[in-house]
Amino acid sequence: MRLVAEGLSAKRGEDLIFRDVSFDIGAGEALVVKGPNGSGKSTLLRVVADLLPRESGKIRLAGGETQGFDSVAGACHYLGHRNAMKRELTVEENLRFWKAFFGDSRGGTGVAIDEAADAVGLGGILHLPFGYLSAGQQRRMAMAKLLVAWRPVWILDEPTAALDASAEAMFAGLVKAHLSRGGLALAATHQPLGLGAVSELQMGGFAAIFAEAWV
Amino acid sequence: MRWRQSRFPRLAGRRCRQADEVRLRSYARAWKDVGMTALLLRDLKLSVRAGGGAMIGVLFFMTVVAVIPFGVGPDLNLLARIGPAILWIGALLAALLGLDRLFQAEREDGSLDLLLMQETPLVLTVLVKCLAHWLATGLPLVLASPLLSLFMNMDVSAIGATMLTLLVGTPAITFIGAAGAAIAVALPRGGLLVSILVLPLAIPVLIFGVSAVYAAIQEPAPFLPPFLFLTALTLVFAVIGPVAAAAALRASTD
Repeated sequence: MRLVAEGLSAKRGEDLIFRDVSFDIGAGEALVVKGPNGSGKSTLLRVVADLLPRESGKIRLAGGETQGFDSVAGACHYLGHRNAMKRELTVEENLRFWKAFFGDSRGGTGVAIDEAADAVGLGGILHLPFGYLSAGQQRRMAMAKLLVAWRPVWILDEPTAALDASAEAMFAGLVKAHLSRGGLALAATHQPLGLGAVSELQMGGFAAIFAEAWV
Repeated sequence: MRWRQSRFPRLAGRRCRQADEVRLRSYARAWKDVGMTALLLRDLKLSVRAGGGAMIGVLFFMTVVAVIPFGVGPDLNLLARIGPAILWIGALLAALLGLDRLFQAEREDGSLDLLLMQETPLVLTVLVKCLAHWLATGLPLVLASPLLSLFMNMDVSAIGATMLTLLVGTPAITFIGAAGAAIAVALPRGGLLVSILVLPLAIPVLIFGVSAVYAAIQEPAPFLPPFLFLTALTLVFAVIGPVAAAAALRASTD
């Protein structure tokens, strides 16, 4: 399976944030989106996840195994800035809900909840309310959410922002394992993700479009 | 934009029938799915945990109804006469109380993005959230109404009629309130706005609810016509509410 974007552009208010962004991610590949603050990384990711309307361009799944997906968004896991977990529920209740609600996409199965918690290094605290965890632990548990249900595409927006060095290495391992199962990843980040050699997409942002228009 | 349009049924030709079939199949798949049950249970759990607000509605309902006799005075006949109306007004306001959090809480922690992305039809997700909200906040109002009827010196037939009409009518308030909550989801202080948006649409529910109760306790008026109108309103809002809420949620993403 491949995730293909052709000539994407998106607006925030009246201003174009980016223009003519194209990429093609194959199975087992990752694309890292880079650029300064405000360059449109998060906007691009939200456009790909169909959470923001796009001004022009196309996003589609191509290649084999695309049957069973009605939309691109349905094939994606999205890890945004917010963790999408309820503070009042325990970690286990949160993960159990998302596992049941997501369901597995075609082509893979998610791991059990305790396995997912072990994979992010927090096996023993499933019984605690999510609100009791530290910021770093909450982030790790949000990552465990990616593991409990299978989605071929992972869209990661600053995934390692609140994490220490060992957690970054752990997350790099998770992404690598996902890629080796034939998954795709699209990540926006400032820090190196530790994925080795991956393709990069440099975003210029509003300023770059503006400069281009004036030259 | 092609994407977005393809969610709505095309109006003519074979593609329409095919699209409808695909949609029907996906509804059926989602219904059989454990996902919707999980959502219902999660929302019910959240509503009884700290800050969930399931009891807030009942307490507000109790407060409103309990102060009326003190304000009106000890005229038992007057209390019995205005009782059904007071109960209905109290229940209406109590049902509106927690509605603004229906989608706002999901949006604040990022869950709304994930709910929107799934292939499960969003209308169904909204419908299940409405059901959970009604079970947590509407049903307790129905169950509390006989007790509060005693404050208002109502007789047995009036208590029964009030309870029955509230049971049938309060879901309508939740369904139409969901549309208001979805419109106000991105606003920081949307609470009062939701009530103001929803109240005009909830007025017919109030009118037919109260008139059905009076029809049941006063001799010449027939009970069934206003009661069937009330039922019809609930059914109509059960369709319009989730569809409008889903459309508003799709438009509100940022």
